[in-house]
Amino acid sequence: MNEEYRYDYKTVEGYILSAIVWAVVGLVVGLLISIQMFAPAFNFNAWTSFGRMRPVHTNILGFGLGVGAIFGISYFIVMRLTKRPLVFPKLARLQLWLFNLGIFLALVTLAMGYTQSLEYAEMEWPLDIAIVILWVMFAVNVIGTILVRREEGMYISLWYIISTVVGVAVLYIVNNLSIPAGLLKSYHLFAGVNSANVEWWYGHNVVGFVFTMPILAMFYYFLPKSTGLPIWSHRLSIVAFWSLVFGYLWTGAHHLVYTPLPDWVQTVAIVFTLFLIAPSWGSVVNGYYTIGEDWTKMRTSYLSKFFILGITFYGLQTVQGPTQALRVVSQLIHFTDWVPGHVHMGTMGWVALTVTASIYYVVAKIYGTEIYSEKLANAHFWLVLVGQLVFSITMWITGIQQGAMWKATTAEGTLKYTFMEGLVKNYPYWHLRALGGAIFIVGMLLFVANVLMTIKKGRALEAGPKVAAPAVA
Amino acid sequence: MAGQIYKKPIAFTLMVTLTVLAGSIVMMAYPMLRPDMHPKLETLKPFTPLQLAGRDLYQREGCVNCHTQTVRPLKSEVMRYGDYSKAGEFYYDRPFLWGSKRTGPDLAREGGKRPDAWHLAHFENPQEMVPRSNMPRYTWLKTAKVDAEATRRHMQALSLPFAAAQIAELGQKTELDAMVAYMQLLGTAVPRKAAGPAVDLAAVNPLAGNPAAIARGLKVYADSCAVCHQDNLDGMKGAFPSLLEEDEFLEEHPDMGDGAYFALIAGGSDAKAAIGRKGYPDGGMTAFGNQLSKDDIWSVIAYIRSERAKHKK
Repeated sequence: MNEEYRYDYKTVEGYILSAIVWAVVGLVVGLLISIQMFAPAFNFNAWTSFGRMRPVHTNILGFGLGVGAIFGISYFIVMRLTKRPLVFPKLARLQLWLFNLGIFLALVTLAMGYTQSLEYAEMEWPLDIAIVILWVMFAVNVIGTILVRREEGMYISLWYIISTVVGVAVLYIVNNLSIPAGLLKSYHLFAGVNSANVEWWYGHNVVGFVFTMPILAMFYYFLPKSTGLPIWSHRLSIVAFWSLVFGYLWTGAHHLVYTPLPDWVQTVAIVFTLFLIAPSWGSVVNGYYTIGEDWTKMRTSYLSKFFILGITFYGLQTVQGPTQALRVVSQLIHFTDWVPGHVHMGTMGWVALTVTASIYYVVAKIYGTEIYSEKLANAHFWLVLVGQLVFSITMWITGIQQGAMWKATTAEGTLKYTFMEGLVKNYPYWHLRALGGAIFIVGMLLFVANVLMTIKKGRALEAGPKVAAPAVA
Repeated sequence: MAGQIYKKPIAFTLMVTLTVLAGSIVMMAYPMLRPDMHPKLETLKPFTPLQLAGRDLYQREGCVNCHTQTVRPLKSEVMRYGDYSKAGEFYYDRPFLWGSKRTGPDLAREGGKRPDAWHLAHFENPQEMVPRSNMPRYTWLKTAKVDAEATRRHMQALSLPFAAAQIAELGQKTELDAMVAYMQLLGTAVPRKAAGPAVDLAAVNPLAGNPAAIARGLKVYADSCAVCHQDNLDGMKGAFPSLLEEDEFLEEHPDMGDGAYFALIAGGSDAKAAIGRKGYPDGGMTAFGNQLSKDDIWSVIAYIRSERAKHKK
């Protein structure tokens, strides 16, 4: 057994535990803001008001849970695929502490109202600098470890991890360029229409390079690992990878359809968004044909269903997204609750299922043991699945209704409904959405408990007699 | 040959970087070099210190999470909010605040739509002004003074022109004053267009006294008018005129004709000059010409007249 590995696995475990803590915080805030949508009395004071809590929700889950899990699991995958411990283990440990400090400060400053008002880039400039430093630390360890690898070829997951490192760096640095106007206040370097275009070039692609590329890295690694089935087509994964990395960056302006952004930018973005269906479905098809080699794995290997349902939601997401980009669809659903419905199918369906399953696999592997309870994991699976479907479907229904009511006109050509007539129709759906969110949270709490119990079990094994020492290689 | 790249991490990373940069350059960097990304309307003025302080607060409170600031060039949207947004209106906007979700209404044309008094009351307690609204109460804005020194730094950082006197005045203003000043600025660089159908001031209400129309008028009134003029039509002193009390509502003018009523409801404050009323200087009546059908407007006039007749008794 290699002591260096053990040390680095502790770092991986640190990221996973951190991500879990931030998950609980972010989910509770999510439940709060979903209740605020129909019960304004739940805006208790300035700090907890919706306008401040919504960025707290997205940042804590995107950067705390999402990026935390990505750091930890990427390090795990990199070590396994290069057959090396991390080149700079102490740096990875320092990065872990800096990461948690950064997320904590993000939570506090966003609640205090310090924000750049750029979606998914709300954190003010000192935190942006900290994030860039964190990212450089991550890049150095990932690229460094790959450079000294013991395995000549780089497996698919490493491609996706490298593209994450590069993509996020480019996007984050450019969009956060700003004019500082105080310790916690700055103004976007770009103004007006240009500010909008840069922000959504970033905003859409940060979804691509945080919620797609690294999650695909996990999918391509853990699906074969947990089923014992090899990826169906290596060639397809090559085509899908390059076309995805190429295509993503052209599409951000589909968030700005019908705004004052020049029409040609909108149109090119819409066209490339349609193109993006192909590489996305390249991975979906590859996943399906992989499990297709032996469908009984869906029954016998409890993790398979997380990955296959996850990639299914990825497939639905990547058809729904391009559909929304079409002008005729955009004019109906843009600005409505349809959009949070869409986003949450991606985050609660694709990302959450894949990440939690990967964590189950990694935690058990670190201690050379089995998951604490498969039954609990199955309960977790069904709860988050139901919770997510209730959430998304209610939001789609009310979104279409809202859009239609905003557009409806009378025979005379005047508007048929006032804004408030449209708003109050959302209330029953907003109640159901909060319920869906609550079900999802219960599922996630089972996941947290299962992971913690597995770690407890693993630590007891390690402390026990030498015979029980896990075989890790 | 091509397969070799998966064994060469440096070459692979470079290749990925170039692939990522291709779309970024065409869609993000290149447009910046074009003048159509930086247009400026001649009528657009830079933010004053009070307006910028208001915008800073709009950012701090995260208003952008629920309110958009861009009217799309769609028929229904232009009717509901006003003229569609022009690229040249946002020259000073760092960052843009167009938003992505419209939980509350769009605010791109909010300036001048409602009097200050409405905003002051609405920020304090939205549900009092708009029953069943889900907007939070922003009670803390009224009790906090604007940070004049911070605003001066912000004006300097943005290279916006200002006078020392403007900063000195800021110290007297509350955060709520600044927020309302920003509300009243929104979208005013584009002149408002007359809303709704052309109005004949001499027109007579074809639905006057019609019981069905009066019942319909009550519904229209409750949905669109009671927000300001209140359920009992008695208004709010100093902000929204009573529709019952002649001295307040009619001022120096005797009773208006049906046509003038119609013009005021359809065209809002902008119609006041045509009918010879001075109105409130800080904005006022919202135009409903695009939101209410002709019959709805005549119905609500019939309803108001019937209520006034009852009140006189």
